[in-house]
Amino acid sequence: MAMGVIPADLLDSALAGNRRDLARMLTLIENGGAFDIPEQSPWTLGVTGPPGVGKSTLIGRLISNWADRGERIAVLAVDPSSPRSGGALLADRMRMSTADSNDSVFVRSLATRNHPGGLVSCLSPMIDALAACGWSRIVIETVGAGQAEIRVVAFADRILLVDGPDRGDIVQAEKAGIMELADIVAINKSDIPNSQQAADSVRAALEVGGDSSVIVHLVSAHDGSGIIELLDTIESCPASGARDRLRVRERLLSAWDSRLLAHPRLNEVIDALETGSITLDEAVEIVGLSED
Amino acid sequence: MAKPGLDGHDRGAKVIARALRDGGHEVVYTGLRKTPGEIVRIVMDEDAAALGLSTLSGAHDVLLPAICEGLRQEGLTEVVVFAGGIIPNGDHESLHEDGVRAIFGPGTRTSEILDFLEAARQRIEGGKPVGVGENSGWRWE
Repeated sequence: MAMGVIPADLLDSALAGNRRDLARMLTLIENGGAFDIPEQSPWTLGVTGPPGVGKSTLIGRLISNWADRGERIAVLAVDPSSPRSGGALLADRMRMSTADSNDSVFVRSLATRNHPGGLVSCLSPMIDALAACGWSRIVIETVGAGQAEIRVVAFADRILLVDGPDRGDIVQAEKAGIMELADIVAINKSDIPNSQQAADSVRAALEVGGDSSVIVHLVSAHDGSGIIELLDTIESCPASGARDRLRVRERLLSAWDSRLLAHPRLNEVIDALETGSITLDEAVEIVGLSED
Repeated sequence: MAKPGLDGHDRGAKVIARALRDGGHEVVYTGLRKTPGEIVRIVMDEDAAALGLSTLSGAHDVLLPAICEGLRQEGLTEVVVFAGGIIPNGDHESLHEDGVRAIFGPGTRTSEILDFLEAARQRIEGGKPVGVGENSGWRWE
């Protein structure tokens, strides 16, 4: 959409506070463009959890409270792309009621474009761009995630895991994976039965795992209860240094995935695999390290 | 895909959003009861190439021109605007003049909307005006 615009001008305009040009810059980054953005140390929060537990609605509550405290909040909300058509229906922002009218809130919906791990590697430069433009709180909402989807650690310094009631039977299974990496757990939907029980189960599971530093909050994004307390905990949560190695690993995997998906011979190789004219090992050779 | 004004009928908007997704488009759905100002803000933040407006409330003559004007004021002149829902034929001409490039009524096949977007894309690639702020008599008929 930014045909004819010189990226340096676009960057300058975005840095000067032009919201439209920030949005255009994010599009160019999403499509593989690179900008010479000054080094940033962004404040980031990753919000993850299973589908339907209320991640978007909860973020909507958090951002309006943050805005009241004078922060400028940007949300990168990721929804899945259709593996069939490549299209996507992005509906996270419709649950964030303050997202569309508050000047201190910027929400951008992103499709996974079928990247493994549910997050695209361009999130890093996007986060840097937002930070450079003065967005003081940057939230990354993942697609509805299961226990093994931990890629959000590659992009966020703090992890909020959102879960809900009546999922107690899988709490044990979830101990491994993302629950081990969460800094804060929010059990949402405290306005409906069994949520206290779910919070107790998660606390018990974390205690068994020796993760007593993880704070479990019982909240309701629906009626707003517990949100202030949750926000206070998020604000006092330091950037986690303990995950540095894991973060680097996930970043490497993410960059590798992006490189593979952008490989000029990818479709050709998939066609050849489909017809059986090459083996999987031969395919890996073709799309391996080299670009040609 | 946006629902402006006091109008709770979103079946159509959801069907269109789904059809566009299946046609390979990335579709942001705004949810119900958005003001013109909110819709312009969403188009800006999402850097949307096209905006579909679904209205069945009878307020299209007020809401749609306000949105088109808001887009132009914010410099979002290249956005392709189309509309659907219950919009009487007698109101089409003034909406077209305001920059709405297509108006789809009940019974429209979803494939026609995909065809319209493809035609708009080809016009953009060919350097022909199609955006809401680009002077052009072009409309989909």
